[in-house]
Amino acid sequence: MGNASSMLTQYDIEEVQHHCNNLFSQQEIVSLYQRFCQLDRTAKGFISADEFLSVPEFALNPLSQRLLRMVDGLNFKDFVAFLSAFSAKASMRQKIELIFKVYDSDYNGKVTFNDILDVLRDLTGGFMTDKQREEVLSQVLQEAGYTKESSLLLDDFVKILDKPGLKMDVEIPVD
Amino acid sequence: MSKLNLSGSELDLDRPNIEDYLPTDSLHEPSGKLRLRDLLDISPTLTEAAGAIVDVSKDLSVNVIGGMFSIFVLDEFSFVHGQDSFTRCFKSNPPEPWNWNVYLFPLWCLGVVVRYGILFPVRVLVLTLGWIIFLSSYIPVHLLLKGHEKLRKKLERCLVELICSFFVASWTGVVKYHGPRPSRRPKQVFVANHTSMIDFIILEQMTAFAVIMQKHPGWVGLLQSTILESVGCIWFNRSEAKDREIVARKLREHVEGADNNPLLIFPEGTCVNNHYTVMFKKGAFELGSTVCPIAIKYNKIFVDAFWNSRKQSFTTHLLQLMTSWAVVCDVWYLEPQNLKPGETPIEFAERVRDIISVRAGLKKVPWDGYLKYSRPSPKHRERK
Repeated sequence: MGNASSMLTQYDIEEVQHHCNNLFSQQEIVSLYQRFCQLDRTAKGFISADEFLSVPEFALNPLSQRLLRMVDGLNFKDFVAFLSAFSAKASMRQKIELIFKVYDSDYNGKVTFNDILDVLRDLTGGFMTDKQREEVLSQVLQEAGYTKESSLLLDDFVKILDKPGLKMDVEIPVD
Repeated sequence: MSKLNLSGSELDLDRPNIEDYLPTDSLHEPSGKLRLRDLLDISPTLTEAAGAIVDVSKDLSVNVIGGMFSIFVLDEFSFVHGQDSFTRCFKSNPPEPWNWNVYLFPLWCLGVVVRYGILFPVRVLVLTLGWIIFLSSYIPVHLLLKGHEKLRKKLERCLVELICSFFVASWTGVVKYHGPRPSRRPKQVFVANHTSMIDFIILEQMTAFAVIMQKHPGWVGLLQSTILESVGCIWFNRSEAKDREIVARKLREHVEGADNNPLLIFPEGTCVNNHYTVMFKKGAFELGSTVCPIAIKYNKIFVDAFWNSRKQSFTTHLLQLMTSWAVVCDVWYLEPQNLKPGETPIEFAERVRDIISVRAGLKKVPWDGYLKYSRPSPKHRERK
């Protein structure tokens, strides 16, 4: 209640800024903190999955379940660190790392054929059958010089995705 | 079956033609070939998700204790969780409460007594007087000067400006006009951002504009069809399909006429809360005439001039204005713009919207304002 930003001291803000490699300005941190407190309705110090899903635009996102696994139960510092990949100041590698983590659901550092297929299923839903997806994916992989059995590492992702066309910036609304 | 068709065509009317608004190259992909890169690139979806997480609706941090005191603000205050940038355009934002401490609260109470007990009756009196003067001269002018078309038009124009001045006086309108006054000449259209019907009254006070407006029910509708008709205003009904063609034809005729009042269009097509500008309809920019932008910015220190037509009638809105200290606003008449060679009407509309947004300090959002009518009303969502 009241002005949430008053609860963050200069030390807190600097600590959080340090934690996210100074990718957010002081104002952005304050603004994110307000949003964090707003989502964390029972003030327990983290945002639960249900609270994330109370944002309709998030709940409707086809990748929301995957993202939930990454953000569920984060404290404010880690919440900011997660979002820092979306800062315009973040490096391309950091952005690609996040994308990689979305694919790599078992966190073993490798993305297999099935991992990609799972994400593809989330994204395309009922528009494609499993068989179609498999066909498309194996053909596209082949064209890029990979096989169905090869698993992709982070460096492969960087090689494939690091092009100027990749845009993943979210502007933090500040007053 | 025919009923079904009808509702279909109604929908189509308000729906923007998507092809019009896409950049041309996005329609024709250079190569239809799917590459691994495109397949793996989930950044748009992730960006959307992160945007949803981050999206801050600023007005949620309202001080609740202060809110209790500003009773007249409370009914405006709706708590809907999960705001998006579209709903925010059409929300009345309650002012920051300032009357929360022991010193200010009695002063605020005194203010309420003065506003409701003294200012309001005086203003009602002024407005009644205005109407008496207006009607007693308008009716004779309208009926007796049938033969002298030019003189009659001139007098009617003056009278409409007069009654609008009375309206502005009834809310103690402190309006600052910047830039040259609009002139009457053919082939020009004025476009302005739209916050409330009072925009029209404020502009009309200086120059008798002919305006394009939605036909309203009640006493406003009566005014529209009798008095404002004489300044050349054009009315339409959003829900009637054939109205659109008639309006388009009338528009063209009006712009061509040399002696007509300058035409004023609110291309947003709906009232926005004066923090944002929504998409401009391209109609005003297709006429092939000079477009003169007008930017209107309200100062919200005394009252929020946004007319939330879904929540309050125009009468309630006027009462709210008449019981406040003053309506403070700035009007800028900006430099006339012409269609540049090779520019589509939509790009032109965007350019003019830029000019207005920058001048009035409004944020641009890409939404079509008509979508407001196809969403569940906020009242419904609150009840849930």
